Amino acid sequence: MKRNIPLAICLGMGILMMVQFFVPHPISVGFYDLTTKWVRIVSAFAVVLGVGSFVMYHSEKLRRRRAGWLYSIVALVAAAVSTVVGLAWGVKQTGPLQSYIFTPLLVPLNSSMFAILAFYMASAAYRAFRARTRESALLLVAAFVVMIGMVPIGAHVPFFWFLVVMAVALLVAGFVTRSKALLIGTGALVVGLLVWPAFWKFKVPRLMLPDTAEWVLSVPNMAAKRAITFGVALGGIATALKVILGIERGWLGGGKQ
Amino acid sequence: MIPFLILLVAAGLTAPTAAVATAPPPIQLVSPPAGIRAFDTPNDAGKSITIQWTPGKEGKTETWLVERTGPEGPKVVSTNAAGDIGYLDEEVKDRVHYTYRIAAVAGADTVWSNPTPAVSSSPQLFNTARLNILIAMVIFFVLVVYYIETAKKGKNLFVRRIAGLDAVEEAVGRATEMGKPIIYVPGLGSVADIATIASLNILGEVAKKVAQYDSALLVPNRDPIVYTVAREMVKESYAKAGRPDAFKPDSVFFVTGEQFAFAAAVDGLMVREKPATNFFLGMFWAESLILAETGASTGAIQIAGTDQVFQLPFFITACDYTLIGEELYAASAYLSREPLLLGSLKAQDYGKLLILIVVVLGSILLLLSKTPAFSVFSHIAGFFSIN
Repeated sequence: MKRNIPLAICLGMGILMMVQFFVPHPISVGFYDLTTKWVRIVSAFAVVLGVGSFVMYHSEKLRRRRAGWLYSIVALVAAAVSTVVGLAWGVKQTGPLQSYIFTPLLVPLNSSMFAILAFYMASAAYRAFRARTRESALLLVAAFVVMIGMVPIGAHVPFFWFLVVMAVALLVAGFVTRSKALLIGTGALVVGLLVWPAFWKFKVPRLMLPDTAEWVLSVPNMAAKRAITFGVALGGIATALKVILGIERGWLGGGKQ
Repeated sequence: MIPFLILLVAAGLTAPTAAVATAPPPIQLVSPPAGIRAFDTPNDAGKSITIQWTPGKEGKTETWLVERTGPEGPKVVSTNAAGDIGYLDEEVKDRVHYTYRIAAVAGADTVWSNPTPAVSSSPQLFNTARLNILIAMVIFFVLVVYYIETAKKGKNLFVRRIAGLDAVEEAVGRATEMGKPIIYVPGLGSVADIATIASLNILGEVAKKVAQYDSALLVPNRDPIVYTVAREMVKESYAKAGRPDAFKPDSVFFVTGEQFAFAAAVDGLMVREKPATNFFLGMFWAESLILAETGASTGAIQIAGTDQVFQLPFFITACDYTLIGEELYAASAYLSREPLLLGSLKAQDYGKLLILIVVVLGSILLLLSKTPAFSVFSHIAGFFSIN
């Protein structure tokens, strides 16, 4: 019973929400708005459970003096102060919660975390651009094309000469690091460079780097993105269907039938 | 006297008449708009009428005036710029008749069209623009049900290898050997996101293995509802693995609803606990790289997966294994090897094959439709566009 009732609700609501997508009638729209409100109400109840978990977790950590227990004091005090200020003065835009806690504390802290992303990107890029395999060598060349193609100086660089410079750089790097992948990548580039003049003879317009960068983003990159999106959409529908039909029922948690 | 009066009256009457007859006719700088159509806006919830027109042949219109006449009398409801030859009137009542007329304005010249036939709005019961989605969904549902039934009959279904999921066993085993915990982040999305549901299903399987190997599991959560479900799932997995006593209630916990505060808390957890394995599965946004790079710096094996296309490159760069898009949804079936779940995987593959066929056919039809003889194909190709 504990499982059958939620499963029946899930099946009923799942079918209703699917039908709702195809019915533009005001009753259907009203039903959608109503369920959205229900979700918000249920979320509000769940916040109580979340706060309970938060207090329990940090209290336990504090009691047992686990690693980083000092941070738990900060977390508990911050939560208590925010709650008291919010309950006493409200959550208005001009209230003390906004003026003394949100704007001067939370916003800069969030911004700082976001700013750290730039450094993480640099270290991730370093790791990604280590041309250890043929794929990563290809990624390296494509990334350089896009990066230099997107900055002002790139507008003055013909793609052909860019590839020549890249081939020389990869060749040197391949010999220095004795990387087979790099040497194979260089070989592929050299073949491309030898084939290129043949096209030039047939008056292929001179490609500049920004054109190539645009092509990389809008053709191969977009094709890959769309392929992933198709898969995600089908996977999402299949998962939703499994949940609605009760085939996937892990979300019900424990308990007796 | 009488003939004189008659002459006087005649002169008095005829003189101004002659003056009017000789005045030049007013010069119209523009001609009125043509082809005015007013109709109930299709596929909507009612209370909306669409008006469309084409410019007249003469003159250069500066602005258009849209006038509506209903029970409350005539009223100009919109002034459109010259290039804007359509109007969506959303201030009408359903089942009330209205007429519209359009004026072309050029300088001081305003030329009105004839009023349209009376039109009224009403809500629709089916959005015909979504008929293609309905057909695709029905086909896909039939495929899913068919392959689930096939799986039920015991037919062996081949599923390709997914390296990231094969590594789960190894990752859990490594944590046991090292005596270090496993951190599982079920994303930052809400329980309404399919990726979160998929992640929670994987959490159930991972928790079972953790219970079998007697490792420690830490599940920080951003969403209170996700926290509640995750806690129940982990608890159930421990029970299924025959180790209900090993479940620690504080191993699944709510951290905060703030995105970057959550990222900071999980970063801190990874740095302090030095976990053997990190799982980042579900919905992630800008914090994906912050989490994955910190995890990589602690030396943990990292298995990530998301359906967010923009976050995938970060995970691929910073993690050992990445579940790309649909692999995230396939994971619970792959790990549990339940025939019913595997059946839906097979249906997904055939669904993709159908999409591939539609893409190729659509491309050919669109190319052919560019030649006048095959222009009808553009309508067929247009059927596949999503509204």
